[in-house]
Amino acid sequence: MPILVNHVTYKYNPDTAMEKTALDDVSLEIKEGEILAIIGHTGSGKSTLVQHLNGLMKATEGGVYFDGENIYSKDFSLKQLRSNVGLVFQYPEHQLFEADVFSDVCFGPRNMGLERKEVEMRAYTALKQVGIEDEYFYQSPFDLSGGQKRRVAIAGVLAMKPRFLVLDEPTAGLDPKGRDDIFEKIVQIREETNTGIVLVSHSMEDVANYADRIVVMDHGKIVYNDVPSNVFKNYKHLEEIGLSAPQISYAMHELKDAGLDINPDVYKVDDAVSQILEAFRK
Amino acid sequence: MEIIKAENLTFEYIRRDEEGNVEGITTAVDNVSLDVKKGQFVAILGANGSGKSTFAKHINAILYPTEGTLYVDGNDTKDDDKLWTIRETAGMVFQNPDNQIIGQVVEEDVGFGPENMGVPTEEIWDRVKESLKAVGMYEHRKESPNHLSGGQKQRVSIAGVLAMHPKCIVLDEPTAMLDPVGRKEVIRAIRALNDVEKITVILITHYMEEIVHADKVFVMSKGKVEMEGSPREILSQVDKLKELRLDVPEVTMCAYKLRKAGLPIKEGVLTIDELKDELLRLKSIKKGEV
Amino acid sequence: MIRDITLGQYYRAESVIHSLDPRVKLSGTMIFLISLFINDNFIGYGVALAFLAFVIAMSKVPFKFMVKGMKAILFLLLFSAVLNLFLTPGEAWISIWKITITKEGAKTAAFMAIRLTFLVIGSSIMTLTTTPNNLTDGMEKGLGFLKVIHVPVHEISMMMSIALRFIPILLEETDKIMKAQMARGADFESGNLIKKVKSLVPLLIPLFISAFRRANDLATAMEARGYRGGDHRTKMKPLKYKKLDAMAYLVLFAYLGVIIGLKVVIK
Repeated sequence: MPILVNHVTYKYNPDTAMEKTALDDVSLEIKEGEILAIIGHTGSGKSTLVQHLNGLMKATEGGVYFDGENIYSKDFSLKQLRSNVGLVFQYPEHQLFEADVFSDVCFGPRNMGLERKEVEMRAYTALKQVGIEDEYFYQSPFDLSGGQKRRVAIAGVLAMKPRFLVLDEPTAGLDPKGRDDIFEKIVQIREETNTGIVLVSHSMEDVANYADRIVVMDHGKIVYNDVPSNVFKNYKHLEEIGLSAPQISYAMHELKDAGLDINPDVYKVDDAVSQILEAFRK
Repeated sequence: MEIIKAENLTFEYIRRDEEGNVEGITTAVDNVSLDVKKGQFVAILGANGSGKSTFAKHINAILYPTEGTLYVDGNDTKDDDKLWTIRETAGMVFQNPDNQIIGQVVEEDVGFGPENMGVPTEEIWDRVKESLKAVGMYEHRKESPNHLSGGQKQRVSIAGVLAMHPKCIVLDEPTAMLDPVGRKEVIRAIRALNDVEKITVILITHYMEEIVHADKVFVMSKGKVEMEGSPREILSQVDKLKELRLDVPEVTMCAYKLRKAGLPIKEGVLTIDELKDELLRLKSIKKGEV
Repeated sequence: MIRDITLGQYYRAESVIHSLDPRVKLSGTMIFLISLFINDNFIGYGVALAFLAFVIAMSKVPFKFMVKGMKAILFLLLFSAVLNLFLTPGEAWISIWKITITKEGAKTAAFMAIRLTFLVIGSSIMTLTTTPNNLTDGMEKGLGFLKVIHVPVHEISMMMSIALRFIPILLEETDKIMKAQMARGADFESGNLIKKVKSLVPLLIPLFISAFRRANDLATAMEARGYRGGDHRTKMKPLKYKKLDAMAYLVLFAYLGVIIGLKVVIK
């Protein structure tokens, strides 16, 4: 069952002189099993949008539906929603607080009121899913490397077995290998559990290789909501709103303009390589 | 003329467990020797935990070598009498913009360094003005830093160092916490310092796009300098970089894979234009054959 | 949005009071406080009221901002007034059932209420017309003489101004960590007191860690920019007395003189 965002508007300090519209009539459907990327520059409203998905922020106008139910109705359990829509904030390692890695990951499932055995099972599975080995389970989370901390924090949300996993800038500050590791794990989680994934980012290059669909936001509005190749066609407009297409996308357009017989809409390095080789074989 | 000279620099620290017993010794920087010449733009590249930031902190005498020596403009950083001279010669900009801005108004923050140096009031105002202009933040001088974007805050931090009139600026992952727009702003400001003001720049980073304009690149891994050379020399060694948890820009990767697949493209393609020129050259050769 | 909160509730305006040297405002507030406590007659309070009204009018700060501070002490005000009203011994004035209000009691209660009200409004004029930064500067210089008896005046004022800069950042961080833990099912609202206190652990630990990390980073950054305490430092914006400040001092001392004079004469 999808998450449905229906004509949501969010205003800070509504009806005052300091009123500011952060989301402006946003509608969006997120399906299980898909990887959706939400892209926008700082202040475009993307972080505000994802906080609506699990009810941390309440729309000024419009509604959000989970499993067809309005999450703002009185008898709807927001706590249950939050375990179903797992939200991982930016720099999630800053929320770790327990004395050891394992207990920290138990925090989420324990808050759900599960039995101890189930809690520990889930924590164990989640840590394995993000690739943390047993030897680290009883270490202090603060002794781990940056990349490991990040993965433990993600496990803390995964342990609630959410049907949707929303990650705000999951790779910020990590080195290239650390970044690839995280994305690899995320793709794997999708494959194994059919979890819907939402990646929030300000970098096209990072998410282009993994996203099935890209939503581009600007000034609180959705500008594009399409498959990557169709979004990148508008690279000139993307630049106007402070974004850019992946470098390879630019290269392909330049090469096409220079007379090479290639499809300029590919945006992954491997596809570009086969296109160019093809053109030379002709 | 070298402004920074590291001779067999090693930095070790002792790890202790909760009771304070020694658990072991970590060598964060391992026998590093390198020179930076006056006016150069040098990039130090490395994955998280490679020791690049630890090395950088030596240049500003925040850390001292366990073994070996580091000279900043001829002064040994271990020499206590030279401490403040060294900090005025080599300024430092850190990763988190929020944690290095002291003033509550932009111009007051930029004035903080000169105030510490005992610069007369009138000259402080001149320095603040010229520094803020150099990074394009002069029109924001009366604002509170809390209301600036990440890129703007980082440019204020650079101005703060610039106002101390250093000969060299060390930037420790200044763009790691910024969005792409902020990153571009900061890199542009840094390049201007080097091109226009002729200040030596040492940029610590793990973003490959940022090293393209450097005069020289050092790649660190596990505390050691593993690679050294021009950006082109470094970026042409794709496999080696991958091994060191690093990456190359997408066009470079593309050219590298084409070369591997048999197209005779030159090594170390850095920009889109270079890729285009190479492919057009090959195409014309091919036509010639037909 | 939390970053928009202005601490010390500074109200931006261009007025004579705003442009006064912070040292004048600090000593002015002190003089006003002293005048309130040495005064013991209604005429004196009339003079104090007139003086206060004059300064408020000069400051161009809307009066409602002054009253804001009153809300916080309303309870204290009522409490002390009631205590004074009923518990001061003396000549009976009104007597209902077992409760007797004395003349002295009524007078003390009225004085107490006036003193507290004037005190709060008087000091809020200072905070409303002076930026926190300016205020710490004023304290550093104005209290500089304490250095002789080894009070680290510069360090204290540096600490205050850094705290002022970091409070909004830490508030925002608190909000973020709170949301992150709520996303993991944490509940900060329901349950009894013990449960509520316990639920703060996942919030406070990360917050402390972050605060320490920031403090550490900041200390390094300050050292890197050549900070080595207050000696040898110059000032970008040094405090200098102007003509206006001298005039303000004259007004202040004249006012204090009137209050003291009244006290002597009326006795």
